[in-house]
Amino acid sequence: MSAVPKPGYHFEEMQSMLYLNGVTKSFDGFKAINNLSLDIAPGELRAIIGPNGAGKSTMMDIITGKTRPDVGEVRFRDSIDLTRYDEAEIANLGIGRKFQKPTVIESLSLWDNLELALAGNRSVVKALFHKLSGEQRDRIAEVIELVGLAKRAQELAGNLSHGQKQWLEIGMLIMQEPELLLVDEPAAGMTDQETMETAALLKEINRDHTIVVVEHDMDFIKALDSKVTVLHEGSVLAEGRLEVVSANPRVIEVYLGR
Amino acid sequence: MSKFDDVFKQSLIGRLLQSDRAGTWLLGALLALAVLVPFFNLVIPADSFLHLPTYLVVLMGKYLCYALLALALDLIWGYCGILSLGHGAFFALGGYAMGMHLMRQIGDRGVYGNAELPDFMVFLNWTELPWYWYGFDNFFFAMFMVALVPAALAFVFGWLAFRSRVTGVYLSIITQAMTYALLLAFFRNDMGFGGNNGLTDFKDILGFSLQSDGTRNVLFVLSALSVAGAYVLCRAIVSSKYGRVLVAIRDAESRTRFMGYRVEHFKLFVFVVSAMLAGIAGALYVPQVGIINPGEFSPVNSIEIVIWVAVGGRGTLFGAVIGAIVVNYAKTYFTGAFPEVWLFMLGALFVISTLYLPKGIVGVVNQYRERLAVKNSANKPQELSS
Repeated sequence: MSAVPKPGYHFEEMQSMLYLNGVTKSFDGFKAINNLSLDIAPGELRAIIGPNGAGKSTMMDIITGKTRPDVGEVRFRDSIDLTRYDEAEIANLGIGRKFQKPTVIESLSLWDNLELALAGNRSVVKALFHKLSGEQRDRIAEVIELVGLAKRAQELAGNLSHGQKQWLEIGMLIMQEPELLLVDEPAAGMTDQETMETAALLKEINRDHTIVVVEHDMDFIKALDSKVTVLHEGSVLAEGRLEVVSANPRVIEVYLGR
Repeated sequence: MSKFDDVFKQSLIGRLLQSDRAGTWLLGALLALAVLVPFFNLVIPADSFLHLPTYLVVLMGKYLCYALLALALDLIWGYCGILSLGHGAFFALGGYAMGMHLMRQIGDRGVYGNAELPDFMVFLNWTELPWYWYGFDNFFFAMFMVALVPAALAFVFGWLAFRSRVTGVYLSIITQAMTYALLLAFFRNDMGFGGNNGLTDFKDILGFSLQSDGTRNVLFVLSALSVAGAYVLCRAIVSSKYGRVLVAIRDAESRTRFMGYRVEHFKLFVFVVSAMLAGIAGALYVPQVGIINPGEFSPVNSIEIVIWVAVGGRGTLFGAVIGAIVVNYAKTYFTGAFPEVWLFMLGALFVISTLYLPKGIVGVVNQYRERLAVKNSANKPQELSS
């Protein structure tokens, strides 16, 4: 898999790519997120784990503008207050999101899926009169190669296997040229072989992008070899290298204790 | 000849039709009808067995108006997943705008001979023309309103609905409520649109009598050309990147949002275009049938449009045209032959096409052709392998 060259971002000027401070969100009295604080450095690859109901998806929803927090701070690139924007605006600010269930446009070809995700003006008028430039064509070809689906470019995305859809969706994220990628359970439903390939793919992408990945699969987390945050009941339980975190008695209790 | 070929292929329409064989056939058929129907009606003498009676010209013109309306619905339902159960409202509003112009053209030839007011206003003892009737004396103003009024309603309605993210069944229900509310409003005499009776007793359009065969043929030709024009417009829209965004919204709305598209803007644009097409269909319909009344707002009418599109084949554009014509031909035949069973048949048609023909008539034809292609290639394995 080849590297995708991208305009370099000046990570060093920035303190944190994503910063959550004291975020709380409750649904009908149930605190899905409880005083959650999180700091993702520019260029980082962070894995977030936690049992079901730990608040991982709600956290993603808050970052991407789908849900507004009751209280707390959500900042992107130090200065941008994400709670003031909606999904489309946040996507255009440079945050891409991959859903837990692979979500691609099934009745369009792989190529068209990537073309739609291609960074650029999102207005109605531009879309009506849009024409692909040679450069954009090359970029789509490059990304479809990166995710290993080049041979199937003209097929309908609906014909792909579950794992291939995951890769296509990751490809779509890259097309958006986001600075921050939020990846929700990319290895769900994948074979061991595919899981390892996906971990390698994310590490490859991490060379140019900051990535937050939520996952259950411990082999996958091991393969990522990154800092890990453990969520439990809506807040951070532990944070650090996987070896350290998995030795933490409270983590063991939460995962194995009951 | 090859030079013409080249020029045609370079043109917008040529490029659009290159990979659209069914569309090419459809446009060819519409243009042929636009020439042949007036020929067989006007040129062939009435006593020849080849003569096309005028009532058939009007009937076919009516079908074409329905086809245009079906195209409008397929554009939003087939490509963007917006199931409007109130599209008849836009059709009726376009029809009323045309009807108002035709009423003003009656002048003092009404029953009461009042040059200032339409008959129904005289009957209601009104003394002056309501302000919203001003300007409809002018043909061009009226034609402008034919598109503008449905567009304005669609804009306001769509803006509110799409911004609040009303989708799916809920959107269908409020579109149905919209057309029902308009039905009730237009039934009222004090709305100033002729109440229960609507607008009728039209005499002429631009000085040409609506009863004359010549005018009827012109209206037929205009209807055929409008369907052809609308088809090309819709095809251009759905083949653009904008059209692919529409499909993306239909298949995975939140994915599209997270890609950074303002879904509500994309929906609003196509909804307004569709409403304008429906309005134009209504405006062509009214002079051909000679009346517009609140019944056109009836929710049942709007549901029928959905059935035409479903039967023809959703998301294909030409399927909508075929569906509208086939179902309405069946309606004409069965309401004549067995009037009491038509509604049951319509219901059965919808159930059958949903259960067994999810892609409509067009889907069945495509399936058959694919099977044929597989059979043909199976018959010639040697040629393929060599």
